[in-house]
Formats: sequence, C-alpha cells, structure tokens
Amino acid sequence: MRYQLFLPYPGLALLVAAAAPVAASPAPRLVPAQAALLDRLTWGADASDAAAIAHDGTARWLDHQLHPARVTALPPEVAARIATLPVAKTPMLDSVRQVEDLNRVANALADPDAKAAAKKVYSDALGAAGHQAATRSILLALYSPDQLQEVMTWFWFNHFNVHLGKNNIRLMIGDYEQAAIRPHALGRFRDLLEATLRAPAMLSYLDNAQNAAGHINENYAREIMELHTMGVGSGYSQKDVQELARILTGVGIDAKPDDPKIGPQHAGELVRQGLFEFNPNRHDYGDKDFLGHHIAGRGFAEVEQALDILSEQPATAHHVSMALARQFVGDAPPPRLVDRMAATFMRTHGEIAPVMATMIGSPEFTKSLGTKFKDPAHYVLSAVRLAYDDRIVVNTQPIEGWLNRLAEGLYNHPTPDGYPPDAVAWNGPGQMSVRFEIARQIGGGAPALFKPEGAPPPPPPVPGVPPTPQPPVPVPNLRDTVAVLFPAPDAATAAALAQAKSPAEFNTLFLSSPRFMRR
Amino acid sequence: MDRRSLLKLAAAGLPLAFSGKLFAAPAASGTRLLVVFLRGAYDAANVTIPLGDFYTRSRPTIGIARPDPANPLAALPLDANWGLHPALKDSLYPLWAKRQIAFVPFAGTDDMTRSHFETQDTIELGQPVGASRNYASGFMARLAETLSAGTAAPSPIAFTDQVPLSFRGGSAIPNIALGGVGKPGIDDRQAKLISAMYAGDGLGKSVDEGFEVRNEVYHSLAGEMVAANRGAVSPKGFELSARRMGRLMATDFNLGFVDVGGWDTHVNQGGATGYLAGRLTELGTGLAGFVEEIGPAAWSNTVVVVVSEFGRTFHENGDKGTDHGHGSSYWVMGGGVKGGRFAGPQVALTEASLIQGRDLPVLTDYRALMGGLFTRMYGMAGDRLASVFPGAAASELGLV
Repeated sequence: MRYQLFLPYPGLALLVAAAAPVAASPAPRLVPAQAALLDRLTWGADASDAAAIAHDGTARWLDHQLHPARVTALPPEVAARIATLPVAKTPMLDSVRQVEDLNRVANALADPDAKAAAKKVYSDALGAAGHQAATRSILLALYSPDQLQEVMTWFWFNHFNVHLGKNNIRLMIGDYEQAAIRPHALGRFRDLLEATLRAPAMLSYLDNAQNAAGHINENYAREIMELHTMGVGSGYSQKDVQELARILTGVGIDAKPDDPKIGPQHAGELVRQGLFEFNPNRHDYGDKDFLGHHIAGRGFAEVEQALDILSEQPATAHHVSMALARQFVGDAPPPRLVDRMAATFMRTHGEIAPVMATMIGSPEFTKSLGTKFKDPAHYVLSAVRLAYDDRIVVNTQPIEGWLNRLAEGLYNHPTPDGYPPDAVAWNGPGQMSVRFEIARQIGGGAPALFKPEGAPPPPPPVPGVPPTPQPPVPVPNLRDTVAVLFPAPDAATAAALAQAKSPAEFNTLFLSSPRFMRR
Repeated sequence: MDRRSLLKLAAAGLPLAFSGKLFAAPAASGTRLLVVFLRGAYDAANVTIPLGDFYTRSRPTIGIARPDPANPLAALPLDANWGLHPALKDSLYPLWAKRQIAFVPFAGTDDMTRSHFETQDTIELGQPVGASRNYASGFMARLAETLSAGTAAPSPIAFTDQVPLSFRGGSAIPNIALGGVGKPGIDDRQAKLISAMYAGDGLGKSVDEGFEVRNEVYHSLAGEMVAANRGAVSPKGFELSARRMGRLMATDFNLGFVDVGGWDTHVNQGGATGYLAGRLTELGTGLAGFVEEIGPAAWSNTVVVVVSEFGRTFHENGDKGTDHGHGSSYWVMGGGVKGGRFAGPQVALTEASLIQGRDLPVLTDYRALMGGLFTRMYGMAGDRLASVFPGAAASELGLV
C-alpha cells in the first residue's frame, strides 16, 4: 500500500507527506461491485485504492470519499514535488505582479527586436505558470487518496470552465483550481459559486472585469445563469440577464497596491481580496428586479443576495444534478434519479456530498456501473494509475501531451461550456486510434514519465563508437492486477490477451480493450 | 460500397469537371471543400492591398510599396485597385494568373466584440450572432450531416490535433494533426488483435475506421520517404501538413478543416519582409503544395476557402503593428473557381469609409459567402442550407 490513510495531521498545510510507503503489495481480494465502484468514482481503479476499499469496507470508504480530510495524505515524493512548484509557493497576487512587470518592461522598449525578445520572456513565464498548475493537478489526480474530491475538482472546473489561453489566465489558473474549486468540491454549491465569482480567472475569462455602470458587459451574467446555475431555457429572461449584469458591475480585478479613491457616499463599500476587487465607483447603485425579487442597490451585498437567489432555484438544483448525473451515471441519465438528486439539493440547500450520496446509493447508479465511456482524462489517468500505482511519475509533461492529443487538454477548452461528458464526443475513429497509441506507450513503460524535466538528452551518437548501452525500460506487469480489478473479461478480449507475446503487449492490449474504455 | 470507395471511384476518372452541369448538380461525392482558418486575425490590408495614397499614408512603416516590376519588394499587381503581398509571389500569385483564386474583400461577421475567441466561435458555430449559442453544433458538422442526409457522400476530417468547434456535434469526425504523424506504434498484428476485441462491440466500426485512416496517412508518409531518398527536400511546418492534406483529399476525404495560427500581429509585424511576410510565405507555400499534391483532376473539383475571425486596424499602431479590427479579406481557391478577380461589394477606402475611424467595414457576411458556395457546389438551398446556416441568406458571388 502506498500511503497510510487519513492520518490526523495537525497544521495548516493543505498537502502533506504521509508515512513512507510500504512496498507495493498485490491487489487484495475485492468483490466485483467494489472494483466497479472504484472505477466509477475515482480516476481509475488501481491497487492502492483497491487496498483502501478492501480494508475499509465499501461504506466507510465511501464516507471518506464524500467527506475528505482537510489535509490530503500524499505519498512523500508527491508532496515534496508539489511543494517545490512555484505555483504552490507564491501567492497569485505576487506572481501576477511579477510577471506583469515583465510585460510592462517589454511594452516600454522602443526597439522592436528587443521588445519581441522581452515579450518572449513574458510569454514563457505565462507558460511556466500554466504547466506548474497542470503538474500539481495531475499528481493529485494520480496519487491523492481523496479520489472523489479530485474527480469532483475536475468536474467543477469544467462546469465553471475558464481557458488558459485568454489574457494572462495562465497566472491564475492554479489558484483557481486550488483555492476556488478544490476546497468546495464536495462542500456547498453556494460557497463554490461565490468562490468562482471572486476568482480573477473567472472575472478575466468572462469579461466581468470590464463590466461597469454605463459600460455593461453581459457575458458573465449570462453564463452564470445559462451554464453555472439554472441552465438555458429554465425560465429566466433576457431582462434577468441584464439585471444580473447590473448587479455584477464593479466586480473585477485590481493588481494595484493602492486602493482606488472612493467618494464619501460609498466609503467602506470597497471589497478587496488578493486580486479580487468590488469597486463601488464602477457599480450601478440603482435598484434591480431579478428573478422576481426586488434588490435594493447597495453594493456587494446585492451580489451576495443574487447568489443566494440563484442557489435556491429549483432550476439550479435540477441543472446541477443533471450535470453530475451525466458525468457519473450516463449520457442520458434516468430522469427520476435526477429528480431525486435535485430534491436532495433543495432539501440540503445545495450540499454537494448528500446529492452525490443520493446518486451513488441509487439502483440506477449501480446498474450503470461499467457502462460509461471514459472521456480522455479518465482514459489517460486511469491507464497511468493502473500501470504506475507503485512507481511515482516524476514528469507529467507526457500526460499533458496525451490529454491535448486527445483534445481534452487540461484547462484547454476555449469556450465556457466546458468539455462534453458524452461518449459521442470522444469515441470517433481518430480518437480511438490515438488511444491505442497511447495505450502502447503507457503499457510499454513510458520512460518519459520517469525522466525529470530538463534532464539532458542522451549524447548524440559518434560515428564508429558503439552507443552507450541504456538500461532496459522497466515494463509494468499488469496481469495480476488486472485479474483482480477487472475480472472475467469477455471472450473476445480474453482471446486477444491470450495472444500477447510480452508483458508490454499484454498491457497494450488490455489498455486498448473495450472493457478499459469504460468505467 | 462504402463512402470512401465511392470517393476513390470518383477520383479515378469519372468526369467531374467543376464548371458546368455537374458542379451545379446535387452533390457529386468528388466535390471537395477545405476550410482554412487563420486564427489570430491576419492583417488582410497587407495581403490584399488597397492601392492608393490613403493606404500609403496609413501605414508609414509597415506599408508595401506600389507595384513596380523593378522592385522585388513591391506589391504584386492584381487589378487597378488591389495588389498582393510579395511574399506570395511564387506560391499563390501563379493561381491568380490561372484565375484559380478569387479574393472577397470586406468580408467577415457582424460580431463587433473584436474578441478572437468570441468571433472565432461565431464563425465556427455559424449561428446567428446575438442569439443563445449552441456550442455542440458547428457549421462543418451540420454541413456533413446535411450532405449525408442527401445524396452526397461526405467524408469529413479535421487536420487538427483537437476536433475544432466547426466540426462539433453530430457524428464524431476523425481528427489528425498531420505535422506530428509518425510510423504507427501499433503494428498490423496488434491492430488485428485490437480490432477482434471490438468485433461484438458498438465501437467496432469506429475502431476499424480509425485504423484505416491511420494506415492511409502512413501510406502517404511512405511516399514521402521514397521522395526523400531521391534527394527531394522534405517540407516542414505547414507545408508538410498541407501536402499531406492534398494527398489525403485527393483520394480519401472531401470535407476538410485546418487551422493556422500566429496572425495576431500587434507588434513589429514587418512589411514586405519580416514576421508577417514569413507567415505568409509558409502559408502560401503550403497551399501551393496542397494544390500540387491533390493533383489537377481533384483540384478541378475542389474549393479552398481561407477565412480569419476579423481584420486589423487600417492604420498601423505605435508598435509597428496593427490592432483588432473588423473587415477582412477571404480567399476562395480551386481549379474550377472563377478567379482572377475581386468578388463581392467594395467601397473606396477613405477615412470616412472606415468603421469607427479604424476598421474596414464588412460588406460580405461569411455565412452568405459560404452559403452561396454551398448552393453551387452541393445544390444546397432552402431548408438544407438553412440547416447549415440558420437565418442567413446566401450571396451568389459567381465564384464557382
């Protein structure tokens, strides 16, 4: 087993190293229902989490998953690697100021060539910040014992999608995931909604930073209602969108150290938190009518009231439940299941864990196990988890590359609707043949995963001199693990696997099999 | 017979000349369309150059000199009003002489956000601006679907590493980034084993087609290796991809999409030489390579449309570049295209004709332009055209 579970760590650090791992043990005996549950609720069944559910029993394991410890017990190498990442060490406000200074320097240069060179320094810094965030995200997905929290973090990021390519969002994306999404992934929807509203990445992405009295930008207001809460066609009007846009005027971003000067009329109504700012000078203080509620113009409290109203809408309960069911049950989830989830959402005022418990405890959920086609993120991460559960990945770049190659790159969906969860989006011919190539790389030992970033390439061959022999690439042996986690393959798969000529080929074929495409 | 075999048959010698009856007849499967999306908003005014003093005054450092046979850095003459960027001399200019390329100036959208993302989405979705957007439905996907429902045989493909928004929705479209294709790691024996695993599975067809596409691409690569062994210079970058696209569209695919980035030239974009000239050289060389590889027979049935989300400011900015603008110029190329001319409405450029004193106006909407092409290419009109471009009227510019 890789880690000890849920040690009662004191202290404030979110991520800490657990005790040293014990040597990888063979997967324990599982009942098939446990293996299927693992595969659905995690980033893919692996031996460590199989050990956890076998040890805890299903009920206790589920309870842990729905109520993760505030401190995540990570394998020590993983905790150490994350701790070295600048994105985990430097507050976002500081890194935005530092990197935007590079941009200012570049813009001040007169000589075009010098300017182009300085611009490259700036864009490289943006790129590095995005990659560090991806590294942390992937390591947590692979090795956090709080797997459901990780899957939910991906789900909510996608629900409240932002794109790393716009403006300087690369500098904000790690903070968005870590501070706005992950802590609330199984918490209250209302808290999550406000955390995303206060997130600079969101305010930049959906242009609310430009939304001011007299210069209304409806973009964010519309998407809050259409995508984040109630859902399109659920009964709100264009007038509601316009009123919400007015409510959101002045909600923006400010990197300047000095506060803006606020007139005496609205003194004390400025709100600042890191880069987030509610600027009364930019706010429309008129009264609003929003979803049948009268909202007195009074500053940021209007925003709080609007979020309360949105979070309590039956349409929101239904829209969010439907999104969860499409992610965790199937492309067309049974309507009555969604209704029951929505009822739990309403009864608990948007507590996410009980909604998930309603779903997981349903016969519809159990019946659906093993039938949901994996999206690329599930496919790639589940393959790496299965193959390298006991060998910590040191370089996540190949994983980022595979995800991009499969068109589901991390933070890389350009539009606010997020990646679709449906099979049809991901099971086309080009997608399938690329999956098989990736299966072969992962199954064959994937040496790039274990080569540190920036390690020098092997020396070029010298004519006449035989090349230095390289150590053989270690290839995982998945036969035994597969037998436990994925028992009783169908006849066609069993027949193909029986013809595997090597462990690498067995791995490739299994990772390419219809069974492994689904969870 | 599957759709690809049909296409091969068409390629093998059926008389599918573009001009004349067959072109206007409903949807021969030999009819090919490639949409090239220049992401980042290319500076149309320095590619299709509106000749005159106003242009020269507006672009003191990045402007291109008036046509002059003695000056290799001067604009290439197109007609009395327009010149072409000299970086396209050896690649696309010959197509102008053959009347196989037309330019549609003042083209674009009615999206005034000047946002790359918004406007790229606008074009790829092909839905009316201002209405609620359905991000699960791109216009190329709707085109493929509409053609499938008729008598045509679309064989769509995106030459991109991600399925683009324009191909989103409907049935899954294969996407292949041709620049990075190498020898498949899965060998034939393994492919057979994998295929056998899916024999009774709903994904069996997709898996088999995936291997087929992969093998076709590899087959195309094998040809390149032979050429390389004969001392041919192997192309790189976009040209490599575009040549491969040409081979694949000659025989296997008839509805393609590719995007080319790097056009957002706010700073130091250069004039007759420099950054933008380099991008244009690569683009033009690539497209000329596409024409060469697809071959004359298929080229006569092919339309290539080059679009970009918007144009750039007509006046150069303080950084020897240009900022986000509005109207662009779109290119329509093909063996059967009625080219060698500028198509669609035009306006004489003066300070007064610029929008908000900065941008070229849009006089031809992209949906109207493409709708007009689809009417001629696929015999598509009425409800069928409306299912591709809801709420848009087709412009008949006489391009094919």
